[in-house]
This record gives sequence, structure tokens and C-alpha cells, in this order.
Amino acid sequence: MTMREKIEQAAARYPDRRSAIMPALLIAQRQHGHLPGPVLEEVAEILGVERIWVYELATFYTLFHTEPVGKFHLQLCDNVSCMLRRSEDLLRHLEDVLGIEKGGTTADGLFTLSTVECLGACEMAPVMQVGDDYHGNLDIARIDALLARLRATVPHSIGADLAAAEPPGE
Amino acid sequence: MFEPVLLKNVYVPDGHLIATYEAGGGYRALEKALKEYTPHDIVELVKRSNLRGRGGAGFPTGMKWSFVPKRADKPKYLCCNADEGEPGTFKDRIIMERDPHQLIEGMAISAYAIGAEVAYVYVRGEYVLAIRRLEQAIAEAEAKGYLGARILGSDFNFVVHVHCGAGAYICGEETAMLDSLEGKRAQPRLKPPFPAVAGLYASPTVINNVETLVCVPHIVARGADWFRGIGPEKSPGPKLYCVSGHVRKPGLYELPMGIPLRELIEDHAGGPPTGRKIKAVIPGGVSAPVIPEQGLDVGMDFDSLAAVGSMLGSAGVIVVDDTTCMVRVATRIIEFFHHESCGKCTPCREGLNWVVKVLRRIEAGEGAAGDMEQLDMLCKGIFGNTFCALGDGAAMGLRASLTHFRDEFVAHIEERRCPFV
Ligand SMILES: Cc1cc2nc3c(=O)[nH]c(=O)nc-3n(C[C@H](O)[C@H](O)[C@H](O)COP(=O)(O)O)c2cc1C
Ligand code: SF4
Ligand code: FES
Repeated sequence: MTMREKIEQAAARYPDRRSAIMPALLIAQRQHGHLPGPVLEEVAEILGVERIWVYELATFYTLFHTEPVGKFHLQLCDNVSCMLRRSEDLLRHLEDVLGIEKGGTTADGLFTLSTVECLGACEMAPVMQVGDDYHGNLDIARIDALLARLRATVPHSIGADLAAAEPPGE
Repeated sequence: MFEPVLLKNVYVPDGHLIATYEAGGGYRALEKALKEYTPHDIVELVKRSNLRGRGGAGFPTGMKWSFVPKRADKPKYLCCNADEGEPGTFKDRIIMERDPHQLIEGMAISAYAIGAEVAYVYVRGEYVLAIRRLEQAIAEAEAKGYLGARILGSDFNFVVHVHCGAGAYICGEETAMLDSLEGKRAQPRLKPPFPAVAGLYASPTVINNVETLVCVPHIVARGADWFRGIGPEKSPGPKLYCVSGHVRKPGLYELPMGIPLRELIEDHAGGPPTGRKIKAVIPGGVSAPVIPEQGLDVGMDFDSLAAVGSMLGSAGVIVVDDTTCMVRVATRIIEFFHHESCGKCTPCREGLNWVVKVLRRIEAGEGAAGDMEQLDMLCKGIFGNTFCALGDGAAMGLRASLTHFRDEFVAHIEERRCPFV
């Protein structure tokens, strides 16, 4: 299905096409990785809604990215339950091994590192979301294994030699 | 031993598939509702059960439903609040991931009761697995005739759509959620009009939490007396408790309403890690005022917690042990509320900004004489003066920390450092 068809399918669920802006932005972001101006214009055009409405939502909601993010967006929760289980140690470790600060992206464009509010998975704190997936009960060894696994999915990346590392026993 | 009701299917392999759900008696309550009861009967049944909303406020569900006008020239809507952003809370996610049909059945019966033919489930965008499972379950239910036109031979038509959120805690506030569903920035609306009269697209709308809705099929199946007989009569029913933080067995526990907080933590969640002691517990997500260890014998229900100045909220129980700095916990909570403030009203937007600055400097050992008084004053200025409950919750929680752990705040200021690092 094309992006336009997917957006039309989503719009059919609502009596008002303005309601479909959020679903359309999610569809567009899955397709393009982020939401630059021309993509926002296209969404507005497909739905036939005011451009300002689309811009407004793209900047209001934190899951929408108007700037590019790394191939893997590491979203480490640092809210209370994760903080109590030492998420800050994991943040420091990630900053060290990736050589970036929180909010930054590695030079090869592979990883963006962010901290986020509660992911709603505090039973497995500390938790990190990467793409669609949650990774819980994290410690430094598991973080290392996860990074190795993610790098291994990218052919010829600079980290490919790390791919041989053991996956975590989950 | 309490037999789980709401989590019965959650730990069954393939519990998310319709075959498993049906094999466990699933969708029979919907059949019973459609064949044996009028919509009015269901509203009365839920009223008699004393079911109160599990989203945080504890509003009586049957009463909320009865506010929907019987006759209306506009379509009515049911919205399921699955935004679950309250830190410490994860019950709705687990239900949707592992037992989505239970929610669909609950929505179908509730929609029948209020006369809605369309429901939107507003799920926070991070919950990708829950969203997939819910969409798959909707397709299964449609194929089996539990959703769609003329359900199970009745004249009731009903469809469910999933609406995916995009990361804003305020969308959990019911009127902000309606704005978000209408394609606007999420900001709370002025009430009245209440959503039951003019909600989504200005139509009569009922908004209920996931856990509230999944109670409904069981009330239909087993009766109002059964439900009212579990826990305190005014605040009854089986209840999901999310336990996290400094306990040996964090997890989701289903127990009667009103269970003592201490019993939940010690007997079910394994107590604090070896060698540590509990210092404090946040009983209902970070909006709920903290309870010091001496207060843990309180019952986990709406009225008992309100009586001790806290609240059941989302039943997100966060356990904090004696190695933890309470100034740091309080600071992190206020940072959260400040980050999530929608900016509509000044006491919340500006007040919380100021509170964060003062708390951060106290935690850093740079607090000044007069900072405690300033925090007290800020709490007073925010509480009762905000447009929605976000600002109030923030101020109430901070006030409890300042009251119960004042010594720790003062020690930071006097020693000019955090005593816990
Ligand atoms: C800031 C704020 C956030 C809220 N977040 C949620 C939430 O994530 N989920 C929820 O069910 N209710 C949440 N609520 C409560 C809803 O406004 C509403 O009371 C609830 O969804 C009603 O459903 P119930 O009667 O079944 O509890 C929130 C309220 C406020 C003020
Ligand atoms: S209290 Fe805060 S979140 Fe609520 S309306 Fe005011 S600014 Fe927005
Ligand atoms: S606090 Fe990290 S998942 Fe809830």
C-alpha cells in the first residue's frame, strides 16, 4: 500500500478528516524516518486540511520528529521507577560507549540517545525502548549485548565486528 | 486465596487469541447482555455493583453512563482511555497485550448500555505491541460476529477503532484526549459541558479506563452482588495493582480492593531488597501523595487513601527504600509534571518551572535559607488554581513530601550537600 492509501484507510475511521492527522503523521514517519516540511505538506494535501494544523501536531507531540534521528533511537526511561533501579548508570554507560551525550546522534547515524518519561513498563525497570521494542531488566552487560545485536543487523557498519558478542539470555 | 478475575487469561499461553478467550468463557457475557438485558438494565446493574472508574478519579461508572441523554440527534461515542502515562502504571498495557478480547467484550457491553455504535481506543503510541494485538483482536472479533452489524442476531451495531497517541501525558486527561482525537493539540477543555452531554465532535461521549471496562463483562456474568462483595462496599471489586521500585518481585498483582498496602508489598511483592528497609511508598502513580513507612497499614481503596491525604489514582505503587534521597524523588516527579504541563494555565506552567529550579538547587547542595518557605508558598499558589488536575496533583504530591520528609530537605540546605551521595 502506498502512503496515500494507508492515510486514506486511516481517515475512513473518523467522521472528520482533521482527526486523521495524527495517524497520518505516524504513517508518514514510519515511511520517511522523520517528518521534514515537504512530508508535512504532503500529509496536509492528502487529507485536505489546513497546513498549520499538521505543523501544530508535528511539533506538539513528542513521538513526532521533525529532525532526523539515528537508525536506532535508544529511548531510556529515567522516570521514578527506573531511576530507583539506577537508570542513570545505564545512561552514563551509553554516553561513554557511544561517545555522545543524551540528545545526540552517533557520527555514523546509527544511534540517537534520548531519555524519556515513564514507558509504562516499570515492572521491568530499568527499561529502554528501541524502535518498536521494549528492553527491560537492563544492566550494563545487557546494554552491551543489545548494542551488538543492533549493530549486527546493519551490514558493513563500523560496529559489525561486535556482532559476534553473545546475545543476552532472555 | 483470591482467584484472579481480570488477569485470569493473562498468563494463559496465547491468551490474546480469540480461540483461547472463547474457550475460557469469553464473549458469553456479551451474549447474555444482548439477549437478557436492555441497555437500561446494564446501566442499573453497573450502578448496583458500585464499580468506580479505575483511571484515577474513582467516579461511579454507572452514574457516569446515566448522564448520557437517552434521546439524542447525534451519534454517541465510547472512548477507552488507554493512554496510561502516569509514571508507575502498566496494568492497561498488560491487559491489552495479553488479553485484548476482554477489553473488546467490555467495550461492546458498555457501548450497548450507553447506545454508542462507535468506540475509539486511545492507546499511547509507545505501546506498539498492545496496538498490534488490539488490532488483530478487533479483526478476529469482527470475523466472528462479536463486532460489526447486528451483533449475535441482535439489532446492536458496534465497531471499534484504535487511535494511536503520540507521546503527551496530558492526553490521558479525558477532555484533552477528546481534543487530541479531533486532531488538535491536547489541552483540557472547560467543563461544563461534560463529555456525557457534549464530548467527541460535540456528541454525547463516555470515557472510561481500560480496567474499568474489563470489569463490566464480569459484572454481567456474575452479578452486581458478587462484585460489591469484594473489598469495601463503597469501593469494591477486583483490582489491579502495579508494584515497582525497591521490591524483590515487581509486577502486576490482582487482589481485592482495600487490601492493606503493607500486605501488598510484603506478602505479594516480596518486600524490599535484603538488608534494606522501606522508607516511603507512592501508592497511586506519581500524582498520588507519598506515604511514609508508618502509614503502610492503609487500605488500598479510594476512600481509605483519601482519608490519609493520598489517593488510589492509577494504583501504581512505587516503593522507595531507605537508601534513597526523597529530595531527588520529589525533584524527579516535579520535573515530570513540568515537562508534561500543557502550558494552558499560568500557575502550572510557570509555578512548576519555579519549583523545579528551587528543588534542583536544594538537591545540588545550593539551597538557601528561605527555600522551604518558598516551596510552601508555591504549593499554595498552584493548588486549587489550575485548570486541570495535573497542576493540582503536582502541588499535592510536593506538599506531602515537604511535610513527611522536611528533615531531609532541611539537611540538604544546612549541610550544603545531598546526604545520600
Ligand atoms: C493529567 C491527567 C492524566 C490522566 N491520565 C489518565 C490515563 O493515562 N488513563 C486514564 O484512564 N485516566 C487518566 N486520567 C483520568 C481521566 O481524565 C478520566 O478521569 C478517566 O479516563 C475516566 O475513566 P474512568 O471513570 O473509567 O476512570 C488522567 C487525568 C489527568 C488529570
Ligand atoms: S494544570 Fe497544567 S496541564 Fe492542566 S491545563 Fe493547566 S497548564 Fe495544562
Ligand atoms: S518509570 Fe521507567 S518504565 Fe515506568
